[in-house]
Amino acid sequence: MKLEMKDTPGQLVAALRPISDVGGNIVAVIHQHDRASHADTLGVQIVLEIDELRIPELVSRLKETGVSIQRIGEERLVYKETVILIGHLMHTDIADTVDQIDRTGFAEITELNIVMPAVQERSSARLIVRAVSRDDMERALEILRAVSKEKELLLIEPLDGAA
Amino acid sequence: MRIVILGMGSVGRGVLASIMEKDLPFTVTGIADSKSGIVDPSGIDPGKVMTIKREKGICGNPGITPIDVVRQADYDVLVEVTTTNATTGEPATSHIREAIMRGRHVVTSNKGPLALHFRELKALAREHDVSLRYEATVAGAIPVMHTIENGLAGNRINAIYGVLNGTCNYILTRMAEEGLSYEQALIEARELGYAEADPTYDVKGIDAAIKVVILANTIWNMNVGLSDVEVTGIDLLTTAAIRLAEEQDCTIRLLGEAVPNKNLLRVSPRILPRDHPLVLNGTLNALTLSTDLAGDITLIGKGAGSKETASAIIGDILFIKRMYAGRA
Ligand SMILES: NC(=O)c1ccc[n+]([C@@H]2O[C@H](COP(=O)([O-])OP(=O)(O)OC[C@H]3O[C@@H](n4cnc5c(N)ncnc54)[C@H](OP(=O)(O)O)[C@@H]3O)[C@@H](O)[C@H]2O)c1
Repeated sequence: MKLEMKDTPGQLVAALRPISDVGGNIVAVIHQHDRASHADTLGVQIVLEIDELRIPELVSRLKETGVSIQRIGEERLVYKETVILIGHLMHTDIADTVDQIDRTGFAEITELNIVMPAVQERSSARLIVRAVSRDDMERALEILRAVSKEKELLLIEPLDGAA
Repeated sequence: MRIVILGMGSVGRGVLASIMEKDLPFTVTGIADSKSGIVDPSGIDPGKVMTIKREKGICGNPGITPIDVVRQADYDVLVEVTTTNATTGEPATSHIREAIMRGRHVVTSNKGPLALHFRELKALAREHDVSLRYEATVAGAIPVMHTIENGLAGNRINAIYGVLNGTCNYILTRMAEEGLSYEQALIEARELGYAEADPTYDVKGIDAAIKVVILANTIWNMNVGLSDVEVTGIDLLTTAAIRLAEEQDCTIRLLGEAVPNKNLLRVSPRILPRDHPLVLNGTLNALTLSTDLAGDITLIGKGAGSKETASAIIGDILFIKRMYAGRA
């Protein structure tokens, strides 16, 4: 999940204790400059893994400590797209193809479905890509485009933007 | 309105048949096919010339060439409906140039000249104060150019997305519906007359890319050509890939797209939700125009066919007739 709060002095430190109290595991702390406003309203995001059932408890503990939460996102990889790859997927090391996304830290292949006909024929795979943000999704697709080109695979992307 | 028709194939015959059946206010003063021509200032009977073409294979006098007809006949509008040559644009480009320089309007379904010499031909027409109209070159019967030019005149168009090749759409529909392989679906499309003997232009996405070029040049006054479009066809698609998409209530269609602010001109197979307005069955074409005022407008209709393409040609001729009414 993702917690978003104001980056005023003390807020981040105050949030750490309740998180560890409920058994949460901090994945990342992201300081972000809010482009739309002035420098004194910096935001901070805490990305953490936590048992879903303990979220309400965490929220109330954070409130007690005086941390004001602006937003709670339950999933880190909130953006999801489906792509299809066609070609000699095994010969071109599908594990490596997946890993090129997984190791970015901002996107992951969360599902892989491969249909393999006869050995010499091209196989087809459906990949579900999840990413932290829209920009990250675009970056992940860009990586897939480059990998597909290099490995001579046909990448079929979803249509974005149209009605 | 006096017209000359170059090309007596599917489209040329469709125009002639419509003139006859609908009693359109046109007098045909010249016709040519690849091997012959005929010029008659008093008007050629469309029915008769079609019978001659059917029986003899040629429409007129083998001593008269198409360019002779362009130069010698008496007409207001040249209807250029000969075969598209996407590499040279010829001989259609020469026909069109010649007619414009004679001060004649031009209506065409031929993609070659528009894809290769858009700016030059538009400028030439402006210089000679005549119209060059080409509604039939993109999406057959669908009035995309009229919509862009008139109906959406006050809008800024931000992007276009379209199903611009009926052959590909048919093949993909059949692969999805019946689980046919690409090869099987292509054979079927050929048997039904939806695909040419050499389907390369269609299945490799080139035909769709040419239409993206014509649209981009028209809408945003770009100066782009086929080589500016990133093109991927459908010939390497597998039935399994389509099934993988269908399992998620999606499917695959070949889409052309142009998004200037992303610098994007592309034709590629894409994954779309099955209920998306651009997911159509069979040989239909469609175009979505994303605009600032009107929002998204999607036009759907027949992208090819004798009468269907004739509809676009006739619309252009009548538009010219109305626009220049009262002028010398
Ligand atoms: N069919 C459609 O649904 C459709 C839709 C949109 C646009 N278009 C475009 O419209 C044009 C015509 O299509 P179509 O389907 O009617 O083609 P078609 O059936 O193949 O007919 C082409 C016609 O052009 C004539 N021709 C070829 N080269 C010529 C030359 N050098 N000089 C004079 N005439 C020549 C042919 O003469 P012969 O009769 O002597 O062979 C034939 O009559 C093409 O450019 C095509 O891309 C077609």
